[in-house]
Amino acid sequence: MLSKNKDSKKKKKKNKQGKSKDAKVKKTEASRKPFQFDYDESLESTDVVNIKEKNQLFINGRFVDPAEGKYFPTLNPGTGDVLAEVAEASGKDVDRAVQAARKAYENVWSKMSGQERGRYIFRIARLLQERAREFAVLETLDNGKPIKESRDNDIPLVAAHFFYNAGWADKLDFAFPGKKLKPLGVAAQIIPWNFPLLMAAWKIAPALATGNTVVLKPAETTSLSALLLAEVIQESGLPEGVVNIITGAGATGSHLVNHADVNKVAFTGSTAVGKMIAKATAKSNKKLTLELGGKSAHIIYEDAAIDQAVEGVVNGIFFNQGHVCCAGSRLLVEESIAPLVIEKLKDRMSKIRVGNPLDKNTDIGAINSHRELEKIKGFVRDAKQEGWEFYEAAATEPPSQGFYHKPCFFNDVASSATIFRKEVFGPVLTVSTFRTPAEAIAKANDTPYGLAAGVWSEKASKIQKTALGLKAGVIWANTYNKFDPSSPFGGYFESGWGREGGRHGLYPYVEVN
Amino acid sequence: MSGINQASSHIAKTTKLFIKGEFPRTESGRSFPVKVHGGEQVFAHICQASRKDLRNAVEAAKAAQPGWAGRTAYNRAQILYRMAEMAEGKRHELVEGLKTLMGLSEDKADQEVQQGIDSLVYYAGFADKYSQVMASVNPVAGPFHNFTTPDAVGVVGLLYDRDFSLAHFFSTIAAVVCAGNSVVVVFDQPGAALLSEMGEIFKTSDLPAGVINLLSGHLDELYSFLGEHMEVHSILYTGNDSQRLGELKEMAIENMKRVVPWTFDNCDLEPIVSFTESKTVWHPVGI
Repeated sequence: MLSKNKDSKKKKKKNKQGKSKDAKVKKTEASRKPFQFDYDESLESTDVVNIKEKNQLFINGRFVDPAEGKYFPTLNPGTGDVLAEVAEASGKDVDRAVQAARKAYENVWSKMSGQERGRYIFRIARLLQERAREFAVLETLDNGKPIKESRDNDIPLVAAHFFYNAGWADKLDFAFPGKKLKPLGVAAQIIPWNFPLLMAAWKIAPALATGNTVVLKPAETTSLSALLLAEVIQESGLPEGVVNIITGAGATGSHLVNHADVNKVAFTGSTAVGKMIAKATAKSNKKLTLELGGKSAHIIYEDAAIDQAVEGVVNGIFFNQGHVCCAGSRLLVEESIAPLVIEKLKDRMSKIRVGNPLDKNTDIGAINSHRELEKIKGFVRDAKQEGWEFYEAAATEPPSQGFYHKPCFFNDVASSATIFRKEVFGPVLTVSTFRTPAEAIAKANDTPYGLAAGVWSEKASKIQKTALGLKAGVIWANTYNKFDPSSPFGGYFESGWGREGGRHGLYPYVEVN
Repeated sequence: MSGINQASSHIAKTTKLFIKGEFPRTESGRSFPVKVHGGEQVFAHICQASRKDLRNAVEAAKAAQPGWAGRTAYNRAQILYRMAEMAEGKRHELVEGLKTLMGLSEDKADQEVQQGIDSLVYYAGFADKYSQVMASVNPVAGPFHNFTTPDAVGVVGLLYDRDFSLAHFFSTIAAVVCAGNSVVVVFDQPGAALLSEMGEIFKTSDLPAGVINLLSGHLDELYSFLGEHMEVHSILYTGNDSQRLGELKEMAIENMKRVVPWTFDNCDLEPIVSFTESKTVWHPVGI
């Protein structure tokens, strides 16, 4: 409650600042454009959420204090203010959670019929839909993503994932014909901060449908929506211990991954951490799936519908502030249309509204943390130093408080450039050109990653040929950044192991006999 | 056939490596003796492949893989079936080899070869079907055509770390190449003394050069070079040494190789699935 009041004060302040700046802009532009329509702030109300000052761990169906009594703050990246405090789970807490999951697996969940398991998961989906607005606002407050995205993308997809997987619970015999599926046991799941609740759904829903029990650790900067999900799970009457949610940072995650009684580890996050987890589990029998980083290419052929393609590029890299593992961060444009595409891209970028995540007009919200913002700035600084042509633009000046970064790109970037090779995980695009489809495919594949790719052309056979050649787990043709619970997601090479979503997404959680 | 035969005047075949569709000696010039089963008599001095041979093999496998995966499924099926035909023609040679090298009875050796040929036929029949079983058209909630198909993982390193069984050996290789992968096999005695016979089967089956590469050598020496190679995308480990499996998994981390312990008893779909990636393509409908 305390944090909410703070929040509204800030907003008033910002309002004033914003208006005075807008006024200036109006003056200079008034002479050219007689009819200039301004956006008024359109803030989503935060009344719908009730954030506890202290947030406990969810173990064995109950909210409990951490054994060592430690709590850490979680911020609203839109303002930089403290939102609440979250429990830091120690090794002892991790052990309690894994034990609860084991007990629930042995005594209840593995014995329950698929139909009955499905009922609980369906119920969770419905409860999420009922409280969708609450979840959306909370997600935006804790993560910094624009409310229009949490409201229209994240939360509806969260419910859809539970709904989709619920239906599998009593139909597993159809998943892999002629085969019997067996759950693995206790699944340890560690998720990132870019789509906090959506990643929780991607992990929990298939694990439960296939008969596993879960210990989930959200990222330390975005724990709140997972803890609200814990409330929903409690409300749903899911047997205690089937899902446990413990909060904390890397140390907590390490305890969880290394716990001897875990059968399965599922991780979504950076390739560096994924490799640490792979090392930690290499000499165990734990089944491991990893959904890691990417440096996805976005190809535009000269025969593409260019306006749509530019729209796709903008969505591909600036969606969710670019904090997307499959972000289309490398634009490859056919040389003949490069000047036109860049002109249109610049024009489109100048209309992007960076601002308060709670504003319904905001396109790009806040960078999730100060640390991430510094990391992005570091990449941009280095790329400028390397001498690549830089461009940034936005329709608005970001708020002075909180963590923000304007959308930008580096033009005419060589394949050897750091900015072309490293995952930035922010609103930073590179633009390069190519002359032939073969060159486009070669450049797109010139990366240790293989998560996603985009291709734009009005010629179907060219699309098919390109899609065949691209080494990526997800290929968006004449679209980008589309997600669905029935559609498998995951990458080749250093983008990870396994798929999530669809029938393929069940496989990582079962033993096939 | 291979092997030293002091008693008669027939000409023994020199066993060499099989790389890029050719039969080179190891560049290292090293060899090791393989003895006749249960005796002291040397059957042959076979090549002890080096790290350089292994790299050459991986290079060949890498170059061959896209073309192999790009063949039509029907064509891959026919070539796998052709391998079975060629193996049939070598039945006598293989049976004699198994008897001499492994001490199998005539019947048992023949059974081994039969099973090996059967597994080639099995995977020949699966080459144009596994994608139908594994693929899906996904009913996404929006105006999109969305489908998922299996794609080859790439270059597979097969570390054959177990007692040699011809039937088993053929089935591992067939499962891997069935899905459009290329493979570099490292194996030890006594099966390695049959390398030439097997290479000849693959060489005469219209299989593109480099899709299957066979190296005889010491596993202890070579396994880490295979496990750490950055152009190898997956490791198939057939042994039950959990220590070595753990080490291979650790080596795999640098380029995130898929490490697959071979736990399959029979010819099956899962061995194929284990060497595929799923690719999902979205395209708008009506926009």
